[in-house]
Parts: sequence; structure tokens; C-alpha cells
Amino acid sequence: MSATTNGSTDAALRGRRLGDAVFAGMSRWAGALILIVLAAVAIFLIAQALPALIQGTDEGESFLAYVLPLAFGTVWAAALALAMAIPVAIGIALFISHYAPRRLAAGLGYIIDLLAAVPSVVFGLWGIQVLAPATVPLADWLTANAGWIPLFAGPASGTGRTMLTVAIVLAVMILPIMTAMCREVFLQTPRLNEEAALALGATQWEMITMSVLPYGRPGIVSAAMLGLGRALGETMAVAMVLSPATVISFALVTTQNPATIASNIALNFPEAHGLGVNTLIATGLVLFVITLAVNALARWYVNRRTVG
Amino acid sequence: MSAITRANPLTAGRLPRWANLAVFAAAAVVFGVGLGLTAAAERAEFPVPAFVITTVLGYLVLLVVLSRVVEGPRRAKDRLMRNLVVAAFLLALTPLISLIVTVVGRGAARFDITFFTESMRNVTGEGGGVLHAVVGTLEITAAATLISVPIGLLTAIYLVEYGRGWLARAITFFVDVMTGIPSIVAGLFAFSLFLLLFGPGSRMGLSGAVALSILMIPVVVRSSEEMLKLVPRDLREASYALGVPKWRTILKVVIPTAIAGISTGVMLAIARVIGETAPLLITAGFTQSMNYDLTDGDMMSLPVFVYNSYISQGVDAQAYIDRAWAGALTLILIVMLLNLLARLVAKIFAPKLGR
Repeated sequence: MSATTNGSTDAALRGRRLGDAVFAGMSRWAGALILIVLAAVAIFLIAQALPALIQGTDEGESFLAYVLPLAFGTVWAAALALAMAIPVAIGIALFISHYAPRRLAAGLGYIIDLLAAVPSVVFGLWGIQVLAPATVPLADWLTANAGWIPLFAGPASGTGRTMLTVAIVLAVMILPIMTAMCREVFLQTPRLNEEAALALGATQWEMITMSVLPYGRPGIVSAAMLGLGRALGETMAVAMVLSPATVISFALVTTQNPATIASNIALNFPEAHGLGVNTLIATGLVLFVITLAVNALARWYVNRRTVG
Repeated sequence: MSAITRANPLTAGRLPRWANLAVFAAAAVVFGVGLGLTAAAERAEFPVPAFVITTVLGYLVLLVVLSRVVEGPRRAKDRLMRNLVVAAFLLALTPLISLIVTVVGRGAARFDITFFTESMRNVTGEGGGVLHAVVGTLEITAAATLISVPIGLLTAIYLVEYGRGWLARAITFFVDVMTGIPSIVAGLFAFSLFLLLFGPGSRMGLSGAVALSILMIPVVVRSSEEMLKLVPRDLREASYALGVPKWRTILKVVIPTAIAGISTGVMLAIARVIGETAPLLITAGFTQSMNYDLTDGDMMSLPVFVYNSYISQGVDAQAYIDRAWAGALTLILIVMLLNLLARLVAKIFAPKLGR
């Protein structure tokens, strides 16, 4: 490159030391700023949440009673989405890494990545206008024929704005990130392991269960955790699709669905005032803690694997 | 193939290549005719979803049974899993295709000149546009980029070039933590920050930009860090050997080598936050009028426009829904464009390091 210096005159040396000091200081402060901002996030949220934590909500119920159904809804929706997304994500990742023709693989991966480029509000619009009506016949059929399972207990919602629809939308939204991660680890499977399995006469699926999946397990777990984190914090799609109620219910296709923390904030924040704002911020703090725990768990699991 | 009379020892005991197709066609015909007849008997419409589901299930069951008889259990399982893997891929394509078709189809209705040249001021029924939202989105995102890129890039430089000891470890850890912050929590933080600084009721574009940069910084740090790490040590050492100080080496050698990757990362980060709705809903609020000032009053943005048009439909509901879809189409086009541009930059300006 074109960088030159005038040699080591005193002035140049001093300029160099000053430049280095300034630059190193700037970059260090930028890094420190991130820590400060994160501390500020925690402190501000706690400060704003405290009144609600102490006094309870507007209606005089305790904060715990207010947040419990919401926390349940958040975890329940995310868990459902994850349960749907994991097998599909692993399937797609395997398809792209081991089944699809080499030439097509990269292009197919890009198509799945397109899903990641769709903003969540568009998913919400699609979920409420296209997917929700489409699930109504399914919900009717499920309540009629499998209503004895508590999950599908009736009466079925006539609009399709149910937990089932929300879970499907969330699953679609977290698919791309999970697929991308699984694909990466599957592609890194040692070639020799795969070829050894095949050489011993294993079918392709046996080769995958023997070499690819065990090797990729930490990757799959962290992909799942990442997806879970995304699903927990997803706001708009849930806010637009779900018809919320304050209940704790496992039923998937009724009109009585537990709302999620994030969607509850989005729906109520613009009109909130006074203690209502504090209550919503306090629920946000709870959400923050939940996602933090999930992410920490994921990192702990992955680190344990790589070290051990 | 079947004309070969002498059994080939390598292909004996295996289904022919066309077996998959044949079984699928058989399943489709059987269930198509069956469901068609039932529907005709009940004078109902042909049940397409039921047809698809039963055909796929019938195909899988038939294929596995056939394969088990001819090829044995191991190959049958292999065949089943292969088909399931392909099915997973096709299953994921369904929502994507449905989404693109609907957004383009319904968005086209209002995707016209008026839509991009007018705001929603004094519009109650048809007409009106998103100019105010587009301006808001561009300004807020630009401000967020201006905040995040210097901080993110400098942090990445610190981590790669200077970072030793506890501070670097802490930063790495907390950047990871930051990646996991839900967008709505970032919005709540920016809201409480501005509440503290400017008193209650202070919704403004800048607050939205702060919220977005909370989401953007970790992405920028991560991608820049990866790119800086890719710069070969040799280049740095050659520069040091010429007596170039470290900071000039970073500015003149390391960053120019990695600039393609860094700009790709920044564009992808922008593409990620430009579609964020929840934090802007909380911090920047919504308005129907033009607002060019980031520091004064509510500011509309495209995602919030889409949400708001759908949630608070006016008298002429269809006009609002049409505008929501047209807004969604605009948003998707912007995000796709950014993604494409990012890939293009990465491809064109990639450093030619190899020989």
C-alpha cells in the first residue's frame, strides 16, 4: 500500500506515538461504550420497572399475577414454534449440504435466506390475512376429530387468530437462521468420517446418523437456542395475528389464547400512561431476563462441548 | 431398463430409478379419484389440501413398504429419510412462495405514483401515500447507521488489533448478549432514556435511531471482526517492517483490505434493522404528516405504517388494507435491494488475496 514514513526523526516518532495512543484510546472507548450502553439498558429498565414491581399494576393486582400469563404465552408460543422448526430446519440443512446437487446447493441456500429478509411486520400481515383463514378448516377438523386431546380442545376459533397460526408464523420466521447454522456445521463434518461410513457399506442415511448428526449436535443445539431466542422476542407477527386473552391455556385452536410479553407491549404501549408504562417496561425486563437465560444456556452448552 | 433379462448383480434387489415417480403418480391417481368421487357424491368442492396431504402420506407409506419388500429394511429407511428431507425443503418453500405471491399480488393495487409522492395528511379514504413513512425510515435508519458504524467498527478494531485481557473478553461476551436483546426491549430502553433526558411525551425519530443502533451495533461488530481477522498477518508485518506505525497500518492496510467485507456486513445490518417495527412503534410513534426533523415530534416509518394501516383501519377499510400491502411490498423491495447490493459489493470489491 501507499503508506510511507519519513524515517525515525524525533518529530515523526512523537507523532507516531501520539497517533497510536489516540487511535488505541478511541477503539478502546468504543468497546467500553458498548459495555456502558448495556449497563444503561439494564439500569434504565430496572429503574422504570421498579414502581410497577413494588406497587403492582393499575388495576391493583400484583405484578406477578399480571406477568405470569404473558410469560407463559411467550414461552409456550416459542416452544411450539421451535418444535415445528427444528425437524424442518435439520431437513433443509441436510438437503442443501448432502442431498441436493452441488451446483444447486448454493442457490437453494440463498432462497431460504430470502425468508430471513422478510420484515416481521410483513409476516404479520401475511399471517393474519392469508395463513389465519387457511388454518380455519384444519382447526375445525382438529376440534371435531381430535378434540379429546387437550391441545386441540374446542371450540375452534372462526378467524384462525390462534396459537397454532402464531406458532406456524414464528416457525417460518426462525427457519432461515436455524437452517443457516445447521448447514454450516453439517458442511464441516470431516470428509473422512463420511467416506469411512460409506466405505463400510452404510446407506446415505446411516452415514448421516453415524457421522454428520453426532458431529453437528452442538451446532444443532445452538441453532435451536438461537431460534428460541428470536421466537421469544418476536413482536409484530404475534401482535397482529393472535387474538389475545389473559389466560394460561395449552389449547391451540380456540379464541382464548395467552398473549406474549412482546405483543402485549406493542399493543398497549402507544395508549399506556402513568403506571401502565412502568408495568409494560417491567414485563419487558422479564422478557429480557428470559432471553438472556436462553442465550446463556446455549453458550454454556456450546462451550462445554468444544472444551470437553 | 426393465428390458434387460439377465439380472445385473449390482442392481438386483433394488427398485428401478423411476420407482419414486411411479409410486407418486399411483398415489396421486388413487387419492385424486377417491377424494374426487367422495366430493362429487357430497356435491362439495374438490378438497385440495386433503388431496395433497393424503397423496404425500400414501406415497411415503407405499414407497417404504415396496422398498422394504424388494430392498430390505435398511434401504427402505434410507429412501424414507431421503424423501422426508426433500419434503422438508418443499415445505419451507410453501410459505415463501405464498408470501411473495400475496405481497406482490395485493401490493400492486396501490403501488403507484401517488403512493410515493403523497403523505397521509387529511386522507381518510382512498388515495394517500407513504412519502412521510419513506422519509422517516430513511432518516431514522441513516441516523442509526451513523451511530452504529463508528462504534461497531472501532470496537471490532479494538478486539482484533488491540484487545487483550479482561476488557476484550468482557466486550466479546457482552456483544454476544447484545445480539440476543429482543427488539422491543431495545425500544423500551431508548424510550426510557429519552424519557429521562427530555421528559415525558418525547417521542422522536432520534429515539428510534438509538433503539435501532442497539440492535445494529452487535451485528456490525461481529461481521467487521470476522472480516478484520481474515486480513493476513503478512500484510500487517510487511507494513510494520517498513516502519509504518500501527494506527496507520490499520487505516491504510488492514481496513482497505477488509473494506468489501465490512461494507457487506454493514449493509446486511441495515437490511436487518430497516424492517424493525416494534422499537419504532414505541420510540418514534406514528403520524400522518411529513416530518423531516429527527429531533422534533413523532415520525412515521414504513414498517409502522404497514402495521398502523392494518390495525387502525378507517371507514374505507379496503383502502387501508391495500395501502398496508403496498407498504409491505415497498419494504420487501428495499430489503431485497440492500441484500443484493451487499452481495454485489462483496463479489466485486473482494480483495484478490490468492494467487
